[in-house]
Amino acid sequence: MSELEQMAQNAVARALSLGATGAECTFAEGEEFSAGVRMREVESLKQAGSRGAGIRVLIGRNIGSSRTSDLTPKGIEEMVRSALDLARVTTEDPHGGLPDPEELGSLTTPLELYDEGVGTLETEWKIEQARRAEDVALSADPRIQNSEGAAFESYLGTRAFANSLGFHGSYRTSSCGLSVVPVAKDANGAMERDYWHTTARKASAIESAEEVGRRAAERALRRLNPRKIATQKAPIIFEPRTARSLLGELLDTVNGGAIYRHASFLAGKLGEKVASDALTIIDDATLPGLFGSSPFDDEGAKARRTMVIEKGVLKSYLLNSYSARKLGLKTTGNASRGLSGNAGVGPGNFYIEAGVLTEEAMIAGVRQGLYITELIGATANTVTGDYSSGAAGLWIENGELAYPVAEITIAGNLKQMLMDLSQVGSNLEFRGSVASPTIMIREMTISGR
Amino acid sequence: MGFSQSFFAQKFGLTERDLESYLSEALSCGGEYADLYFEYLATSSIGIDEGIVKNASQGVELGVGVRVLVGEKTGYAYSDDLTPDKIRKAARVAARIAQGPSSVVKTGFEEAHKHNLYPMLRSPHEAGLAERVDLVKRADRAARAADARVFQVQATYADNLREVLVATSDGRLSFDRQPMARMGVWVLARQGDGTPQHGHSGGGGRVSLEFFLNEKTPEYFAQEAVRQAIVQLSAVEAPAGEMTVVLGPGWPGILLHEAVGHGLEADFNRKGVSAFSGRVGQQVASPLCTVIDDGTIGSRRGSLNVDDEGTPTRQNVLIENGVLRGYLQDQLAARLMKSASTGSGRRESYQHIPMPRMTNTFMLAGESDPEEIIRSVPRGVYCTSFGGGSVDITSGNFVFSATESYLIEDGKLTRPVRGASLIGNGPEALKYVSMVGNDLKLDEGVGICVKEGQNIPVGVGIPTVKIDRMTVGGTGA
Repeated sequence: MSELEQMAQNAVARALSLGATGAECTFAEGEEFSAGVRMREVESLKQAGSRGAGIRVLIGRNIGSSRTSDLTPKGIEEMVRSALDLARVTTEDPHGGLPDPEELGSLTTPLELYDEGVGTLETEWKIEQARRAEDVALSADPRIQNSEGAAFESYLGTRAFANSLGFHGSYRTSSCGLSVVPVAKDANGAMERDYWHTTARKASAIESAEEVGRRAAERALRRLNPRKIATQKAPIIFEPRTARSLLGELLDTVNGGAIYRHASFLAGKLGEKVASDALTIIDDATLPGLFGSSPFDDEGAKARRTMVIEKGVLKSYLLNSYSARKLGLKTTGNASRGLSGNAGVGPGNFYIEAGVLTEEAMIAGVRQGLYITELIGATANTVTGDYSSGAAGLWIENGELAYPVAEITIAGNLKQMLMDLSQVGSNLEFRGSVASPTIMIREMTISGR
Repeated sequence: MGFSQSFFAQKFGLTERDLESYLSEALSCGGEYADLYFEYLATSSIGIDEGIVKNASQGVELGVGVRVLVGEKTGYAYSDDLTPDKIRKAARVAARIAQGPSSVVKTGFEEAHKHNLYPMLRSPHEAGLAERVDLVKRADRAARAADARVFQVQATYADNLREVLVATSDGRLSFDRQPMARMGVWVLARQGDGTPQHGHSGGGGRVSLEFFLNEKTPEYFAQEAVRQAIVQLSAVEAPAGEMTVVLGPGWPGILLHEAVGHGLEADFNRKGVSAFSGRVGQQVASPLCTVIDDGTIGSRRGSLNVDDEGTPTRQNVLIENGVLRGYLQDQLAARLMKSASTGSGRRESYQHIPMPRMTNTFMLAGESDPEEIIRSVPRGVYCTSFGGGSVDITSGNFVFSATESYLIEDGKLTRPVRGASLIGNGPEALKYVSMVGNDLKLDEGVGICVKEGQNIPVGVGIPTVKIDRMTVGGTGA
């Protein structure tokens, strides 16, 4: 058992001895490293580690929480006592409690969340990756003479959890990533920037510095001299990066917390057709090597796979034990929290299942439409479904990407957008815990000139 | 109060000698400048949901960040353990950004001048829990009583007290106690079997709990949240396309934060990647616009006695009568741009490298009567509340999302419209400001600004402003 796991168990035991009827405790530690390079020179180096702990206690059905970064015996004692004091001022919550014991457990199949290789990377090598990625971007085209810099980041973490039902577990994670942000300038001095980013749990799984620099440069260059198109309705293709942002908004609409409060337009729609046949959304925390995977969720429920929308039919919400109890359902193992407090709901790997079309084929099928490469300031009202965002991208004319567009907004209603989701690409890649291939929505409102 | 009476000296036995020795360690590889940022943050939050006080939490975070500068380079490390060995270790890690013989730390510290902008408070951990619980219960009751169509209410009260100490290798020393309190109310309302609508309201600042008993009460925030939800029940689709936009006073000042504020942060301009780079002295807004960033307004959310690099905050003129006057500088940018820090160096915590940031950003009042401004618009939208905003500082394009707006038809407010994004270009948008009201108002105190992953509290403000041309991103005609 790890040291942190033992500390978590001790804190739970201490809470019970001080009068708690139940308790759950998280301990976490992490080490971060980042190297920034700008204009081929090292700009920053950061390296440090930190630890923290949080506890949630029950006195009957009254709940209190506390956390600390002071892991001395005195710091932990104060944390436990403070949570108990707080439990005495809250109101009894009839649905409050720990998860059902049968839901608790650790996935035993290998999840490949931790790679020794990340911890042994040399600082010089990491700086060199950032330097090369930026150099490739700066050398790509005479119109790129400036950059916001490149960065190599790595992280090693451990998370341990224990509760008074006897569950305890811990797991280690690693990640590393490389990114670069080149700035391109046109003949009139107008600038555009874009970025490319690669990240993985394994040091060997990230894209090469050359690839990162090349893609970032290509993206920045194709944004130069954008036009502001006229206000109109048109088909919209979201590339994976922007599709992922849109899918992130949908995450909030299937969140059990929003469902029991009737704060989502999907409340009460289980079993109903809510999207087009083309759409299947899955949440799966059991996929090896991915960012949304873990052996158990943040209240100790075993990791699992949940079909959320299957061919357009709403099959499940994402639930923690509290929202499940409120709705008379079972947890889906989606409890999520920092170190303390009542758990919220968060994704495992929440993704749109890949279709069969290539992105090229999807674009080729559009006579007039918009290919979105950036969403800025997206807002979705999960209660009504209203969705609106600033956007930039490329105009599609007769099946080809014709010219860049910027300073426009796109808007629609998520209810209708789900129904209008007409095509799903085959290019699914996991670059975070929310992932999507390219998707097409038959029609949205573009606001421009 | 002298250093020996300060929090870190009292609680951790820190002496000036210790600080000098840590700074020497930080400059042991020849850095040009080093600073230490000690932080002790006590947090507390209470939440009510469905009439049940479901959440009560407290927390403690402490640590020290060590920064070393050499030319354009920054070395940074931190420790959440304040024992001398751990601090020295962090200092040695940060030191390695430089490569050379050690440099000398000035001996003896001078305590920096600082403002006195907020009340001295007890830690939230020492003050009464029952009073806090009562605030959220009052908000819950008031929201439910305000309108029978309200069917869900959540309210939170969160406060914290941050003790900070900054010591620099050029001999500056400053310490501060920074309180922050905030109340938020969220409601859902429904008319019959119709679609529910939500409303949200909140506020606070660097104030004590008494502020919520005497000035802005839980009932005030609850009624405002309910009002917003009820307005939305009859809202129609927002229009789409370019049109005249009138911003109401207060929180719509987020326009300034996005359209010009970020673009004027010195780090972007030093690197030449902002749409405002190299434009000091140029006309970037209508002559009616004077935009200020002011960290010295008493009790405001964005205010600080000293910034997170130990520099006293001040009032900075960003745009004067439409002409770009200057940038927001932190220590690094000021060193490199051969100017002085504007008291704008801020960071989220000891784990973060400071950057030039805004404090409270607002436009000075003009001369127009707000009603006259609305009367002057044949067709447009009037926006009084916003969700948030974003900006791409390089192209200058910014977006902000309206959550409460009304159609203006023939000089009159007609129907409320649903949420919509507004988009514009920073150096262009304010050139279309044709009327500025005499009703400058600062926001209620809820702003959070995110830059490179760092969250900090900020304030905004604006009088009623008419912008002749801006793109409104609704779905309607």
